[in-house]
Amino acid sequence: MVCEMETDQIEEMDVEVLSSMWPDDVGTQADNQFNVEKPAGDSDTLKEVDIAEKRTMADLKRLPELLNTTDQGSSQLTNLVRQWEYMQDHAVRLLREELKILTRQREEAEAKELKIIEEHNFETEEPENVPVLDETSHLFRRFRQKKRDELVDSKRVVIDEEFDTVAYWKQKALSLEKMLEASTERERRLIEKLNESLKTMESHSAPVEELTQNLKRAEGFLHFILQNAPIVMGHQDKDLRYLFIYNKFPSLREQDILGKTDVEIFHGGGVKESEDFKREVLEKGKASKREITFETELFGSKTFLIYVEPVYNKAREKIGINYMGMEVTDQVRKREKMAKLREDNAVRKAMESELTKTIHITEETMRAKQMLATMSHEIRSPLSGVVGMAEILSTTKLDKEQRQLLNVMISSGDLVLQLINDILDLSKVESGVMKLEATKFRPREVVKHVLQTAAASLKKDLTLEGNIADEVPILVVGDVLRIRQILTNLISNAIKFTHRGKVGIKLKVISEPSFASDKEQNETSVWICCDVYDTGIGIPENALPCLFKKYMQASADHARKYGGTGLGLAICKQLVELMGGQLTVTSQVNLGSTFTFILPYKVATSDDHSDDQDEFSDMVDHHQPEPDDTTEGYFQFKALHGSIYSNGGPVMGSNFLPHKAMLTSPIKLINGSVADPSNSSGQSQTVQVENGGYMDESESAHQYGNGNGHRCSSKESESCSSSQASSEMESELTVSSPREEEKTETEVKETSQQPKILLVEDNKINIMVAKSMMKQLGYTMDIANNGVEAINAVKDTSYDLVLMDVCMPVMDGLKATRLIRSYEESGNWDAAIEAGVDIKTSESEQGCERSTDRLPIVAMTANTLAESSEECYANGMDSFISKPVTLQKLKECLQQYLQ
Amino acid sequence: LMTAKSLASKETVNGRCWFYSDDDDGISVYLNRELHAMNTVVAQLQTQFQDYLVSLYQQGFLDNQFTELRKLQDEGTPDFVAEVVSLFFDDCSKLINSMSRSLERPENVDFKQVDSGVHQLKGSSSSVGARRVKNVCISFKECCDVQNREGCLRCLQQVDYEYKMLKTKLQDLFNLEKQIVQAGGAIPQHFPSYTILRPDIRPCLDA
Repeated sequence: MVCEMETDQIEEMDVEVLSSMWPDDVGTQADNQFNVEKPAGDSDTLKEVDIAEKRTMADLKRLPELLNTTDQGSSQLTNLVRQWEYMQDHAVRLLREELKILTRQREEAEAKELKIIEEHNFETEEPENVPVLDETSHLFRRFRQKKRDELVDSKRVVIDEEFDTVAYWKQKALSLEKMLEASTERERRLIEKLNESLKTMESHSAPVEELTQNLKRAEGFLHFILQNAPIVMGHQDKDLRYLFIYNKFPSLREQDILGKTDVEIFHGGGVKESEDFKREVLEKGKASKREITFETELFGSKTFLIYVEPVYNKAREKIGINYMGMEVTDQVRKREKMAKLREDNAVRKAMESELTKTIHITEETMRAKQMLATMSHEIRSPLSGVVGMAEILSTTKLDKEQRQLLNVMISSGDLVLQLINDILDLSKVESGVMKLEATKFRPREVVKHVLQTAAASLKKDLTLEGNIADEVPILVVGDVLRIRQILTNLISNAIKFTHRGKVGIKLKVISEPSFASDKEQNETSVWICCDVYDTGIGIPENALPCLFKKYMQASADHARKYGGTGLGLAICKQLVELMGGQLTVTSQVNLGSTFTFILPYKVATSDDHSDDQDEFSDMVDHHQPEPDDTTEGYFQFKALHGSIYSNGGPVMGSNFLPHKAMLTSPIKLINGSVADPSNSSGQSQTVQVENGGYMDESESAHQYGNGNGHRCSSKESESCSSSQASSEMESELTVSSPREEEKTETEVKETSQQPKILLVEDNKINIMVAKSMMKQLGYTMDIANNGVEAINAVKDTSYDLVLMDVCMPVMDGLKATRLIRSYEESGNWDAAIEAGVDIKTSESEQGCERSTDRLPIVAMTANTLAESSEECYANGMDSFISKPVTLQKLKECLQQYLQ
Repeated sequence: LMTAKSLASKETVNGRCWFYSDDDDGISVYLNRELHAMNTVVAQLQTQFQDYLVSLYQQGFLDNQFTELRKLQDEGTPDFVAEVVSLFFDDCSKLINSMSRSLERPENVDFKQVDSGVHQLKGSSSSVGARRVKNVCISFKECCDVQNREGCLRCLQQVDYEYKMLKTKLQDLFNLEKQIVQAGGAIPQHFPSYTILRPDIRPCLDA
């Protein structure tokens, strides 16, 4: 408020100069005077005016200065005056403002007072009391009024005269007369009034009439209600004959109903029931309700809710019934509909919950499957690691025992891997993750390679054959990997259950089968039927249905006997179906089984080799392409029984692991006869080298890699020189431990010229052990039981090495060695004869003329003082092995002397 | 191309968890048979076998040469060890008989004969890894060298005792082996070398 005022003031000050309440001249004058004399406010201004310079003589130069300062002073004065004026104005304005406020306040107060007074006025004004009077009160008031009138009249008789004087009595009589007159007058008026009332009484007539009227109205109302109510009401007597009825069926007249029973009136369903119900109520004496559906010709099908109550007379005797019926057809229908709806809802809800449950179970199942798949995957990686490491380990230097253990380990690991891969494959197919690839491939090649591969690992005397009809296209499009997987699975399955006879694949083109969906067909499609047949144990008819189920095998016995996961066929079936085909089986027990799958392929138009090049690059011989490979329709492979081929090795590519080779038992390597014709006579023509299996792996693998292996074995005429193979192997072998290389080298050398070794030992047990060790190292040897026998043996046969026991009966090793050395020096056995050795001069005397190379003789010492090494060397021995002989010692010795 | 969805849905409708197969020849049996070939009986026998073998090494009955011997046994010669060992025991019994005959008469002992027998015995025992027998033989030979008949007789007794002892032990071992094979198990091939477990301690002999 204050602030507002101030701003107002300032505005006003700028805009207009308000006239002050004081005379202007007076104020200004005084102010000015006051201002000049006592310049209170602005001392600075005055100081400026003050001239600090010394007063000097007034000169012209000084004058303008003075003038100037005077001007300054006067202007400052004017300023001061103006300032004072402003201040004055300001004060004036303030006062005026004050006044104004006061005036306003006074006015407000006055207005308030006025208002209060007015309010007070209103309050004092009493509202008029308007009594609501009824007739009786009106009468009563009138009566009261009359009474008051009477009171006014009956004022006391006042007599002025003296008591008991004539005058008094006269006066009294007069007054009494007056009173009588008044009384008479009153009586008359009353009679008048009475007459008047009587008249009005008559005019008002009687209240009975009114009541009667009212009653009539009520009856009319009731009648109306009853007639228009949506219910049938009736009254029936004891015999259930209608006495009254309201709202009868419109087409019926009253006489049609009254005096009759329901049964007499209506016909149809429900009539009897209602009649019985009414009778029941009548008998029981209790009111009751029931819903009855009528089926009458008159009004069709209608449902009524019927209320029946018994009626009694005053003597409490039943005289009949009251009955009310309401049509509830629509309601019933609605109700029924609702019930049905509710029922449906319940059913739906139940179904929903069932469905939810099913979904839940399905989800759980899927999750579980997913988990299994994940788990399998998780297991696979470390397992691969284990198997891989084991494989690497198997290439290192191991003894036989370790190798056996390792082989078990690898094969077990391999089995688990296979199992896991199967599981993963299955779950892949089932979850729809598996994608098919379309690649061009040659069915003939696929069949051939599958058979080749199978033949490679075949250990039974079986014939594998492939038969491809001419009309089968050279090149088709499909998922070759999967197809090969199916074929391999089926073939290995067939081989597993077949012990003699043959196993084969037959391909032919068939017409489109009935199950094929039309959509996926086009002109370039071809359906190829593939039979995989065998002459195996067959499958009993009752086992056929569960054949393709997971983990199922024809019987528990089979599972035990043949092993396997039971997943193979399930996977095959799923893969075939995934590709839009069908897998079926026919079988006869003991005669064989035929698995047939039909698949659609697109026929590839161009013979573009690039597409499938990758697929078979591991098998196809690039250096020697077989010209008939693409069109050849028949292949046959025989089991490579007893041959060096014991495994599929790298041929299999992704399907088999090369280490499978390890799983085979020691392989017999038949060698030498063809390769080394010079050594074609005598017992050493065929030398059996029995070995730990691993040694041959690279070689056989190589021969497969060469692509000629099968040809060699199946066509006997074609010579397949192992030395050639070996040399090639040496050049091609890349992954091979030093030991293996060394081994193979030894092998090559020794197989071409088996060394001859003589063991001189008297102890049978030692002989047995040493012989066994030699056998294990791949050598055979002759035995001499003492020095004399040794000399005779040396005389007859040229040995590459002699292992000589030192301490022997008849002639010890030292002496025998001395005699042998003596012979080597002299060229005759004289020394031996001298020593009493019975030299058998046999026909092969020319043996003496053999080269007199120094024969390596290795002593076998018991490491006692008597058999010191010095003594051995002194007697012409080259080296010694301390007993007991171990495999390692023997091996080192042989390596040293059989180079 | 065909989708795998249809297959998957089919499986779902089927509503069965496919790996909860009721089939008795299911995965578990398979695994048991193929991968865990040793059932409990076999495993027990195998453990027993191992333990027994180890104890024989630890008690000095056998040495590493026996391990060598076992290495030589393979599919081609499944009873190699047993054969060699039985040959050895026959040898022992024959040699001990002949030696005891030689040592019978105190005044006329053919020490040369005895020596040859001991040498033979020593070679054989060393070859089969019969360590205790071999050790006794070494002492025996020493006694023989100094023509100590008393010592020889004691050694003879000891050798007799030791080889018979070993014989029973090895018979037990082979029985265990047989049981394992009968139960369908494989004989444990791998066991650590025990040569360093015990230094050669010759039986204490009076000088």
